[in-house]
Amino acid sequence: MGDQAQLLPGTLDLLILRAVSLGPLHGYGILLRIGQISGNALLIEQGALYPGLFRLVRQGLLKANWGTSENNRRAKFYELTAAGRRRLREETDSWNRLATAIGTALAVQPEEI
Amino acid sequence: MRLLDSLRLIGGKLFRRPATNGEMEEELRSHIEHRADDLERAGVTRAEAQRRARVEFGGYEHYRQESYEATGGHFFERLRQDVRYGSRVLAKSPGFTVVAVVTLALAIGANAVVFSMLNGLVLRPLNVPRSQSLVAIGQRDGVPMQSYPDYLDLRERNRSFDDVIAYQITRAGLNTGRTAIPSWVYEASGNYFDALGIQPYLGRFFHRSDEHGENSSPYIVLSYAYWLSHFDGDRAAVGRTIQLNKHPYTILGVAPQEFRGTELFFAPDFWVPMIDQEHVDGWSTLKSRGTRDAELIGLLKTGVTPAQATADLNSVAVYLSKTYPKDDDRTSFKLARPGLAGDMLGGPVRAFLGGLTALAALILLAACANLGSLFAARAADRSKEIALRLALGSSRRRILRQLLTEAVLVSLMGGAAGVLGSVLLLRWLSAWRPVPDFPIRLPVSPDAHVYGVALLLAVASGILFGVVPVRQVLRANPYEVVKAGSAASTGRRMTVRDLLLVVQIAICGVLVTSSLVAVRGLVRSLHSNFGFAPQGAVLVDTDLDMAGYSGDQVPVMQRRAIDAVAAIPGVTAAAIIDRSPLSLGWSSDVVFKDSTTDTKVSNAAAEAMKYCISPGYFHAAGTILLAGRPLTWHDDKAAPRVAIVNEEFARKVFGSVRDAVGKYFKTVSARIQVVGIVENGKYKTLTEDQQPAMFFPVLQSPTSSTTMVVRSKDSPQQTVTALNDTLRKLDPGLPFAIKTWPKEMDSALFASRAATMSLGVLGLLGAMLAVTGIFGMAAYSVSKRLRELGIRIALGAQRSEVLRAALGRACRLLVFGSAVGLALGLAATRLLSLIVYQASPRDPLVLCGVVLIMLLLGLVAAWIPAQRALAADPLMLLREE
Repeated sequence: MGDQAQLLPGTLDLLILRAVSLGPLHGYGILLRIGQISGNALLIEQGALYPGLFRLVRQGLLKANWGTSENNRRAKFYELTAAGRRRLREETDSWNRLATAIGTALAVQPEEI
Repeated sequence: MRLLDSLRLIGGKLFRRPATNGEMEEELRSHIEHRADDLERAGVTRAEAQRRARVEFGGYEHYRQESYEATGGHFFERLRQDVRYGSRVLAKSPGFTVVAVVTLALAIGANAVVFSMLNGLVLRPLNVPRSQSLVAIGQRDGVPMQSYPDYLDLRERNRSFDDVIAYQITRAGLNTGRTAIPSWVYEASGNYFDALGIQPYLGRFFHRSDEHGENSSPYIVLSYAYWLSHFDGDRAAVGRTIQLNKHPYTILGVAPQEFRGTELFFAPDFWVPMIDQEHVDGWSTLKSRGTRDAELIGLLKTGVTPAQATADLNSVAVYLSKTYPKDDDRTSFKLARPGLAGDMLGGPVRAFLGGLTALAALILLAACANLGSLFAARAADRSKEIALRLALGSSRRRILRQLLTEAVLVSLMGGAAGVLGSVLLLRWLSAWRPVPDFPIRLPVSPDAHVYGVALLLAVASGILFGVVPVRQVLRANPYEVVKAGSAASTGRRMTVRDLLLVVQIAICGVLVTSSLVAVRGLVRSLHSNFGFAPQGAVLVDTDLDMAGYSGDQVPVMQRRAIDAVAAIPGVTAAAIIDRSPLSLGWSSDVVFKDSTTDTKVSNAAAEAMKYCISPGYFHAAGTILLAGRPLTWHDDKAAPRVAIVNEEFARKVFGSVRDAVGKYFKTVSARIQVVGIVENGKYKTLTEDQQPAMFFPVLQSPTSSTTMVVRSKDSPQQTVTALNDTLRKLDPGLPFAIKTWPKEMDSALFASRAATMSLGVLGLLGAMLAVTGIFGMAAYSVSKRLRELGIRIALGAQRSEVLRAALGRACRLLVFGSAVGLALGLAATRLLSLIVYQASPRDPLVLCGVVLIMLLLGLVAAWIPAQRALAADPLMLLREE
């Protein structure tokens, strides 16, 4: 566990949107998907997912429906709304810009100045 | 309403959770089950899998709460929760709740009452359609009266008013068939109702077109209240003919219930046209330009400012003073707010109410300070509960919200109780007639404004005192509190809270001192020497002109009445005076030394109270004749003019009392011999400086205004009945009012009684506040130092030492505050002596009383905390923490 990175504030929402964009998922599924697509490199306490989910639903970025899971249990499935898709695009762009900028800044060598 | 709702919700919510909440729980549980499924697949037992899944999930309650908040829109939901929790907590400590609610009820009730008065007398305009355009037209010096001829000129010559009305208040005898009753009347100009825009409730009003010269308009319009009380609300009353001062008048109509005349303090029984003044008053001033006796109200034209109107009126004034230099020289007009005798009463009323408002606000502030410290004490008591809640994941915001909700809950309950109390008090005040037989009215029934203000005050004060413990909660560190118990540090310096308490106790001290002084003054004034003995005497108050007597008929009728009454078995004395001393109104005249030749006012030796009496008056009134002879029936028109004077008169005009008998003095019109000296007395008010007074024989100075003083061996009730029968037999058309003299004295004692009463109430309020204040402070310090006290007890401290440690500070504050209050109170009695008879601060009884009361208050307030301090069980305390 020691090599897992702490999430930056605000990035959990982006990860949730991204995970759900790949297909409808229930809460536990979202967590698994994030682990899968991030190579299990991120530390997320399981319960911390839910306030984020409810927040996104309230903002109209996700919608939720009750259904039956692959384990044959009742679970609530989340999927992106149109607004959610748009938000994911915007957030991805702005994250990429930020990451590039910071990456570039950190990669600068003394002789390049 | 709100309380009911929340009660219902409390009931409902104990048994079921809202749907969203249940759904959320199901989702979270589903998550844990899914995780457990995975773990089970990896080879763990089901039970172990579930345990590990729960651990991995993290703080279940915390995330559930956070998720719940993330769904948003829970304001009312949370409010309900807080209210529910708050009511449960409050119900758990009824003592605290009752003290808090009662404190607030008193403070908010006092404010509601004062605001209603302010609302009724200052803020609310006259109850007529275009009240905003109404202005009273008075003299420049503030006197609100004009003469009728000037009124006509003003009405015709101004360009600023749609109309100008005139009215005056007077008394007349109304006979509806059997007996005549003295009643209060507005004589009003013909355009009165039309200009004000009032519609009749029944029948019609009189109009300007009904005026065809003097006594041409024999109509009256009843007020709604009078119609109900004297005509039983009979619709057939309209059109009936009644006798007004023995003249036939027709009832034209009834005014609507909400219209009660154009003076806030005076609600008339009915209105008559002013043009009939001679019928109503017995004389007419309609043609006398110098007699200013009518009040004027103008209805401003749309767009005309009061300044423009004043300029316009004063151009009329220039015309008047040029045309009628004798009566209207240098006349000038000023506008005022109508309703309080122009603005003559406005100034004092506003000043009085302003003072009351400030005092009431002070009381509310003190109450808030008290409750603030009470709540702080409670927050300290509850610091463990709060720490536990913080540790379990509750946010500080949530806890503060809850505490604030609790405070507002208390303040709303207090506000509701206060408003209820004040409504009862105001109802009583509105119906109260402080002076018998005089239509004084306090228009102070509460309206929506009052309720609004009370609600606002309640919520505001709830937030105000709810905020006091905030810092304490914000600073609370759950780990420290749980570990070590409440912080045991006790500050030795003076805090703001201490200062507030001292101020409060001082205010209380002032109020207690002044109310004691006032009560002593009242008691003394009831037993002081008035110069007559009201006990056991009955007064018959009438005016013979109301029964149509005039000129020489008046003394004849007075003599007949005296003889008839004197013949009643049991009656020991009967005599008349034009107006009993210490009743409303008086007359006085300037007098001159016999040697003065030029009788102009600047040469006067004194201004003396003037009374006209029949022989036997001093005997009937119980006034002691010190020297000379009493008046007799031989002191009539044919005899030389004589008078009896009081000691003060003799001293002032003749320089000595002893040899004044037989000497002469002058009035503007006559030379009069003094035949007797009577003791000094009170004439206008109880607190007046000693006034000179003179008593003329009624046969030499006839007066139709008649008050008969009767003494009898029988009880006052029997005397009243016998008097009633006798006088009815004498003249069925004579309106009169019979009451005992002590009752009549109510009007003289009114000011000091009212002052005593309001000071008493305020003193009580102040005392309550001081008690809760000291209680709050003592309870707080005891609860903070309970552990220390326990240790002291464990180490063998005596009870007195424990008490000193626990309550020493509260006692010091109490003593300090009381001393300040007592000093201020004694200083304030100087002011009091203006209204209260013989208010003397240097009264040992008052001083002892104040000290005793303050001690008692302190004892009452400190009792419960002291018990608690003494009961501190070191074992229990140490085990607990």
